[in-house]
Amino acid sequence: MPLLEVSNLSIQLQTRRGPAQAVRDVSFTLERGATLGLIGESGCGKSLTALALMGLLPEHAQVKGSMRLDGQELLGLSERRWCALRGNRLSMVFQEPMSALNPVHSIGRQVAEPLRLHLGLSRDQARARATELLERVGIAQAAQRLDDYPHQFSGGQRQRIMIAMALACGPDLLVADEPTTALDVTVQQRILDLLQELVAEHSMALVLISHDLGVIAQNVEQLLVMYGGSVVESGMTEAVFARRAHPYTRRLFAARPQLGAPARQHLPTIAGTVPELVDIPPGCPFAGRCGYTKEYCYVERPQPRMLQVPSLPAPASLASWRQPHVVRCLRDEAIAAGESA
Amino acid sequence: MNTRPESAAPARAASFARRALQHRSFVLGALLSGLLLAAALLSFAWTPGSAYEMDMEAALQGAGGLHWLGTDAFGRDVAAQILIGARASIAVGLIAVGLGMALGVLLGLIAAACRGWVEEILMRLADFTFAFPALLSAIMLTAVFGAGMVNAIIAIGIFNIPTFARITRASANAIWARDYVLAARACGKSRTAITLQHVLPNIASVLVVQATIQFALAILAEAALSYLGLGTQPPQPSWGRMLSEAQTLMFQAPLLAVWPGVAIALSVLGLNLLGDGLRDLLDPRLARER
Repeated sequence: MPLLEVSNLSIQLQTRRGPAQAVRDVSFTLERGATLGLIGESGCGKSLTALALMGLLPEHAQVKGSMRLDGQELLGLSERRWCALRGNRLSMVFQEPMSALNPVHSIGRQVAEPLRLHLGLSRDQARARATELLERVGIAQAAQRLDDYPHQFSGGQRQRIMIAMALACGPDLLVADEPTTALDVTVQQRILDLLQELVAEHSMALVLISHDLGVIAQNVEQLLVMYGGSVVESGMTEAVFARRAHPYTRRLFAARPQLGAPARQHLPTIAGTVPELVDIPPGCPFAGRCGYTKEYCYVERPQPRMLQVPSLPAPASLASWRQPHVVRCLRDEAIAAGESA
Repeated sequence: MNTRPESAAPARAASFARRALQHRSFVLGALLSGLLLAAALLSFAWTPGSAYEMDMEAALQGAGGLHWLGTDAFGRDVAAQILIGARASIAVGLIAVGLGMALGVLLGLIAAACRGWVEEILMRLADFTFAFPALLSAIMLTAVFGAGMVNAIIAIGIFNIPTFARITRASANAIWARDYVLAARACGKSRTAITLQHVLPNIASVLVVQATIQFALAILAEAALSYLGLGTQPPQPSWGRMLSEAQTLMFQAPLLAVWPGVAIALSVLGLNLLGDGLRDLLDPRLARER
């Protein structure tokens, strides 16, 4: 049985301009120890998907579909049951380490809290464990710094503290929502390496959300590319990176700055903007910005289609071995044929 | 990136004290409020004359001499009455604001934590009580349940509840929207735990400031009720009643109305300045800049 099985997850939000279908039919499975990346532009629904996994969606959100953790349905759980899962079996690291720690409490107390809450440790035990955790995530002299407050730490250190909090109870699933976006480039890699090590150490499953292809490429085995609330392409990271079956995936790759590119060359952009979720067209969400759009793209909603996976190097872990490469596009074959011709 | 002082708490306290002493309206407000408190405390130990004993021969004496601020129509010492009157003002302020704050903050926190229909009902109830002019309603309550200090306190306290409920809910809602509350929820904390550990400590400064302002308003309300004969009852001296008694003697002894008036005005001014000063001093954004 997979650790996490999400099928046809849809989230509808009430906005001032009416109901908005923010996430449509997202499905994936995640084995213990597997890593999954969610990639897409701002507003594509990746953070909402993450919040849904934690049961932290705003109250007016309507959620449909199913999310199973070890076979147990998560949707419709009472707040009390969610509280028992969060921080214990499910954990989350947030984007902004500057604002995700409470300024009025010492960091020792904040790291110790989930331990006392879920594992019932005493104050002293929790403190000792918090020291170990902070040392593990690389806070120097952790024992002396337990009573310091968040503003006395740098951004990278705070993100390490957040990770220590999230890992305190040894969760089965860690959701990291753009964990390095707010950090300096030099710090980013170290935080990602740390996450990678910890995931392997505890055989956790990791859902890593990012808009940065480089981050995704190095850190996850499988990948969901999201656009306008839908998954437009999914599969093993190598397969998606090699084939780039969906036009959106291609444009995303093309818009990536590359080392060694001629100076003064303009970076290709994706023309237009992400459609407002309130008025996403009935057809393909990318239709308005795609270079290959035909009239039927605006009308017909593309269904997921499985692609033949060419032989690939064996993935790092067997956990994600069976993920098929799936694309949601009406014209991907025509586009691929047009290019090879 | 941050320099790390060896011991953060004393350093912060010292910097707070330094900023407080530089803040003019805070210093003035603290002095005036301190004067009010000192007057009330002093009155327990010593008064310049008797505020209770009538001495018709010494009636309506001017200021100066044996009676510092003169005597009233019954020959009671005005200075003593002012000192003892401070007690009533402080008692009403403390208890009424305490009552209003305890219930109001509780309701506001519940509204912010539960959202939805609970919030809607609580806040509409607060609006409903707001629709009545507070002082008129206090007059009504004391008229129905009898005049006296206890009923005055309850009446003033009740009308402090919606004020605190509203300000608590508004500030608590802002805290609930913060990332660290989301992070705390992601750790599996219940709404109650988040309210007590994250929301309340972060809105405490707002509440303290509001409390000093409500304290000033409560002193005014007590004076108004006593002036109308619905608050503190004779022979217990009260600034409001001193004013109403002085009213009939406006032309013989105008100063009799001035002393309690000055006492009320200085107390209210002092508390308002104190509140303003605290608001500036407790604002973390201003604190970090200096």
